[in-house]
Amino acid sequence: MAYSEKLLDHFKNPRNVGTLDKGNNKVGTGLVGAPECGDVMRLQIEVDDESGTIKDAKFKTFGCGSAIASSSLATEWLKGKSIDEALEIDNMEIVEELALPPVKIHCSVLAEDAIKAAIKDYQEKNGLEVSPKTESSHH
Amino acid sequence: MVDKRLIYLDNNATTPCDPRVVDAMIPYFYENPGNAASRNHPFGWVAEEAVDYARTQIADLINVDPKEIIFTSGATEGDNLALKGVFEMYARKGNHIITVKTEHKAVLDACQKIEKLGGQVTYLDVNNEGLIDLDELEAAITDKTILVSVMWANNETGVIQPMKQIGEICEKHGILFFSDATQAVGKIPVDPKSIGVHLMAFTSHKMYGPKGVGALFVNRKKPRVKVTAQMDGGGHERGMRSGTLNVPGIVGFGKAAEIAKKEMVQDAERLSKLRDKLEKALYDSLEEVYINGSVENRMPHVTNLSFKHVEGEGLMMTFNQEIAVSSGSACTSASLEPSYVLVALGLGDDLAHSSIRFSLGRFTTEEDVDRAIEALTSGVNHMRDLSPIWEMYKEGVDIDAIEWTEH
Repeated sequence: MAYSEKLLDHFKNPRNVGTLDKGNNKVGTGLVGAPECGDVMRLQIEVDDESGTIKDAKFKTFGCGSAIASSSLATEWLKGKSIDEALEIDNMEIVEELALPPVKIHCSVLAEDAIKAAIKDYQEKNGLEVSPKTESSHH
Repeated sequence: MVDKRLIYLDNNATTPCDPRVVDAMIPYFYENPGNAASRNHPFGWVAEEAVDYARTQIADLINVDPKEIIFTSGATEGDNLALKGVFEMYARKGNHIITVKTEHKAVLDACQKIEKLGGQVTYLDVNNEGLIDLDELEAAITDKTILVSVMWANNETGVIQPMKQIGEICEKHGILFFSDATQAVGKIPVDPKSIGVHLMAFTSHKMYGPKGVGALFVNRKKPRVKVTAQMDGGGHERGMRSGTLNVPGIVGFGKAAEIAKKEMVQDAERLSKLRDKLEKALYDSLEEVYINGSVENRMPHVTNLSFKHVEGEGLMMTFNQEIAVSSGSACTSASLEPSYVLVALGLGDDLAHSSIRFSLGRFTTEEDVDRAIEALTSGVNHMRDLSPIWEMYKEGVDIDAIEWTEH
């Protein structure tokens, strides 16, 4: 199976790998997937209080190349977006951007879930109303 | 076109053809294009002679009579012919077959088909080394048991079953013994008659011969074993397998068997040293590396390793432009389930997802192994830097205690 150039680039040169301080109130963490399934994604966002936009995003992923590329791409897209904009990211956009083959669509679903879980965590931490959109529309 | 510098460590999937094999085959595409069943002209005679000679070369490798070799299209066909053919032929004696959970899919799926046809199949467990329990095997035998089917060496782990003891149990109970010996023939000495194996499937392309040709050994005397043909037609191969013989393929298979007989012991010796070097280097330079399957009872050229908290398919992607191996992580399958063989050994799904199989071959050099060690070490380190569960593990977080969201 040949992968797209974009996917290979995100896999070989993953953007925004790392860890943000969980203790920081401005940081939301989403941990999705399971080791038994062969995919675990941890995606973190740091929200700028004044503008309400995501000023930093980091990830670490245990998984195949498509899972790593999906989460790397997600962190790139998140930076600079408002929470509402971030919630609009649809897994199928990731599928298209990286040209994921059908057997790898679940990787994009996981990335979308990770985004939503991170936002939910941020909103809960800060006593904000949790957006209904953080509930995954998949499964 | 495959890059020449690409290192091939996936010889359990298929072996490259030995050039001596290709040379032997070529005349049977050009000067000698005959059908071995054409009895009335020299084209047919030459082809038949070539097939007979190859049959002798193959029989010599496994120490049987040439008449006991039935040519097939490969081991999958051999497995199907042995299992379904015995089930049909011995229906009056019984309908029960005993096999093992770690068998190749060709055996397991043929057994499932047999169950649909009214047969009963017992699937034996293996221990954490991949070996069956002989007492369990004996206890599973009933008065309806007609066949025991145990593979000689496992394709994923290289683990070799206690064939001699299994043969003795079958002998004691008067049950036929079939073995899928695809991974063993041509790599280690395999002598079915001395073991009490009555039927044995194997294939050319795992022993440096061409693809598309294999053989089923069927014992002819004491006991005289017969299988019901699964392919009906012209009655070739003593009526057990119809179909025009693949003459060039069979010639190549014969040559491959002849070379294997001469060279397999020295090949095995050299490859086991390289395998051990690979294993030790990875073990020494990386933390949390596990060997899957029995270390004492396994093929000399195979090792199956799990690199904890690294997903196998992702790991392979870090070096697959340079090194070809395979993984027990079935991330591409819709089910997301990892290798059933490794799961049967009692590995957690997470370690099964983290496994890589290295299978060395006749054309593997020490330099290849050195490059693999380098690529694997940097690949594992890269993937661990990316792995959230490796980070948690290093921080002392109990990963099993986390409530994961299954998807």
